[in-house]
Amino acid sequence: MTLADIGRALALQAGYNAALVSLGAALLGAAAGAAGTFLTLRRRALMSDAMAHATLPGIGLAFLVMAAAGGEGRFLPGLMLGAALTAGLGLWAVQRLARQIHEDAATGAVLASFYGAGIVILTLIQGLGVGRPAGLETVLLGSTAGMLRADAIVIGLGGALVASALWALRRPLAMVAFDPLHAQMMGINPRRMDAILMALVLAVVLVGLNVTGLILIVALLVTPAVTARLWSGTVQGVALRAALIGAGCGYGGAAVSAGVPDLPTGPVIVLLATAAFALSLVLRTRAHG
Amino acid sequence: MQSRAPIVLEARGITLRYGEVLALDQAEASIPAASMTAIVGPNGAGKSSFLKSVLGLEPATGTVRAFGLPVAQALPRIAYVPQRAAVDWGFPVRVIDVVLMGTYRQTGLLGRASAPIRARAEAALDRVGMADFASRQIGALSGGQQQRVFLARALAQGADLYLLDEPFAGVDAATEAAIIDVLKALRDGGATVVAVHHDLATVDSYFDRVLLLNRRTLAEGAVRTTFTRANLALAYGPALHLDSAA
Amino acid sequence: MDEFLTLSLPPMLIAALAAMACALPGNFLLLSRRAMLGDAISHVVLPGIVAAYLLSGSGSGLVMGAGALGAAGIAALLIEAVTRRSGMEPGAAMAVVFTAMFAGGVVLLETTGASGVHLDVEHALYGNLESLIWLGAPPPELLRLTLITLGLGLALALVWRPLVLCTFDPVFARSMGIPTGLVQSGLTAATALAAVAAFQAVGSILTIAMLICPAAAARLLTRSLPAQIAASLGFAVTAAFVGYGLAGYVPLWLGLPFTLSASGMIATVAGLLLGGAALVASHRGAPGL
Repeated sequence: MTLADIGRALALQAGYNAALVSLGAALLGAAAGAAGTFLTLRRRALMSDAMAHATLPGIGLAFLVMAAAGGEGRFLPGLMLGAALTAGLGLWAVQRLARQIHEDAATGAVLASFYGAGIVILTLIQGLGVGRPAGLETVLLGSTAGMLRADAIVIGLGGALVASALWALRRPLAMVAFDPLHAQMMGINPRRMDAILMALVLAVVLVGLNVTGLILIVALLVTPAVTARLWSGTVQGVALRAALIGAGCGYGGAAVSAGVPDLPTGPVIVLLATAAFALSLVLRTRAHG
Repeated sequence: MQSRAPIVLEARGITLRYGEVLALDQAEASIPAASMTAIVGPNGAGKSSFLKSVLGLEPATGTVRAFGLPVAQALPRIAYVPQRAAVDWGFPVRVIDVVLMGTYRQTGLLGRASAPIRARAEAALDRVGMADFASRQIGALSGGQQQRVFLARALAQGADLYLLDEPFAGVDAATEAAIIDVLKALRDGGATVVAVHHDLATVDSYFDRVLLLNRRTLAEGAVRTTFTRANLALAYGPALHLDSAA
Repeated sequence: MDEFLTLSLPPMLIAALAAMACALPGNFLLLSRRAMLGDAISHVVLPGIVAAYLLSGSGSGLVMGAGALGAAGIAALLIEAVTRRSGMEPGAAMAVVFTAMFAGGVVLLETTGASGVHLDVEHALYGNLESLIWLGAPPPELLRLTLITLGLGLALALVWRPLVLCTFDPVFARSMGIPTGLVQSGLTAATALAAVAAFQAVGSILTIAMLICPAAAARLLTRSLPAQIAASLGFAVTAAFVGYGLAGYVPLWLGLPFTLSASGMIATVAGLLLGGAALVASHRGAPGL
């Protein structure tokens, strides 16, 4: 029965809403794949993980503020603004700490402690019983079940914007990732390029919160990108293939999770992407010896 | 005769600290046009840091003027060839893509490489004997070939001053000869070359000037007058024996 | 008073023991620049436990611990294999592996009857510290964590010299005939053991805070390894007690009839301790010293 449901969703026959959600998830996957390409080439894969976890306290605080102001608290742009603020703070904290301790340790420390603060705020919201917090924890693992048309449009538009910005900046981004000192000699400001890249990744994280959830968005950024890297030898080729793989996984994951109501979307998308990676690793690295 | 050539690069009081370590202490350089200068000194003397500091790529203090301008404004006329080990050679680019990075100032942010610019990149590859490798992955190159690609990227930029960091480190003899030929041709065409150099035995035959550095500049001038036992002892300590040093 | 002894003291002790158990291997992960391995391992505890339950049908602590250790070993091997085979950055390989295994764990949990083991995604993410109370007998976790912490301490004392050598200079250690690979695997196993032990109390993601924050804070403020380890244990206990206290008592003082997430608060406090240590250290390291 569920197989038939999945099939219908894949063929965009599961209703207008489900079709919209699948397309939105595909666009998100494409943007994440492209952004993840530059992120992994710049060797900042895990930085996005810290950023994603650091959105949680912001989501909670934004909910509290909006609920206190009399709303129901689940206003998506408001939640995203809060998420962006604490994710930015987390990113700053990683960079500040990385001056004194190894970047990996800084990343892990920020990831875990911001996430912890987020959990505290979620329990505060539950205890206060304000607004309509039901389902707020779906930002952890993602759920496209309750997604509205407006959400899908936000995701699609955000994805398209990120993708076009990456296309426009592909050369300086690649040059900074390959050889930042030479890029600086060529008049490119590596710090500015890094900041722009992080902002684009943050945009992917924010629009991805509803689809894959904050715990697994790192996989949507990283796994398609490293898979595509096995198939292409140019930055453009990797980015395009990563976008395609990401789109396929987003689309498939949303469809499967629409067919199986209990299944959170994020893990399904991640498992699809991992399957693509494992297959590519076996096929491509054996061919090269 | 050399001393009458105009000074194209003038660095004064270059000081660089990494935490509590003083990497460079009031180092200086004064490089005349159309010359080839070797920067030599023991390991850890700050030679690479000096090049980067001169270019403003390290947070050093001091003043640097190039072509009569503050160095930041002169960067378009300066090509920098970093150490090969400074980049990840598994990066997904082809040889021609790396060389085209040297033309970024011409193509700009959004522009595509036009046919003349592409031709310039290909000519640069040809000059270092790598024309046949244009669409090869950089990861598939030998160390010497990688170094030639880096030099081609600098050539494609079309600069007047070339700063190279250990261009002969870990390369084969044929590459070393090819690179020195290109550098000498550049000098003969009026460009200025400065290279961090490790092999004291070849300073004499490759370069016409030498700068001895050990955190500060110990001596600078023509090889004949500056590359002396006494000066080398200053840089490396008295135990050094070297036959080719005058 | 009685209430404190039965309701508050056991979870506080468990949190402190879990934090200490994590801080011990955390010090060496940090020094060998493998801090994010702790991140990866704490994510794969969940799939390990779920798989062990599904395979054996037993919910005993021993079986689940073995499953988690096995998963940690598999994850470490996979990360190693993916890094070697694809030549990608270890951080990206880690992200691919641990997100895939975590996603697999979530999907297994949601699609099978594994929720019968008092395991659900929420506990895996938040931990379950508040439920570990003294009901006639001490909670089994108390004894288990005491044994594990003591065992880790003892093991550390036994392998101290080779471990320090391997961490500081692996090449030299190998030339001295020390089996560095074995020592590395031992450290990975110790990390996994600590992560499994802490998982029950604080959940998988907050375990990362325990692995990294106390050790990193101690590293910033001390100059010798024994002092660093001692300070990290002090920070671990402080974070556990202060965090638990804040979560339980602050809402009561404010007249709110509920408590906040203790594990989240402990992670937050651990992060704040690290932030404070970074500030103190950068003032000390200012020019003039």
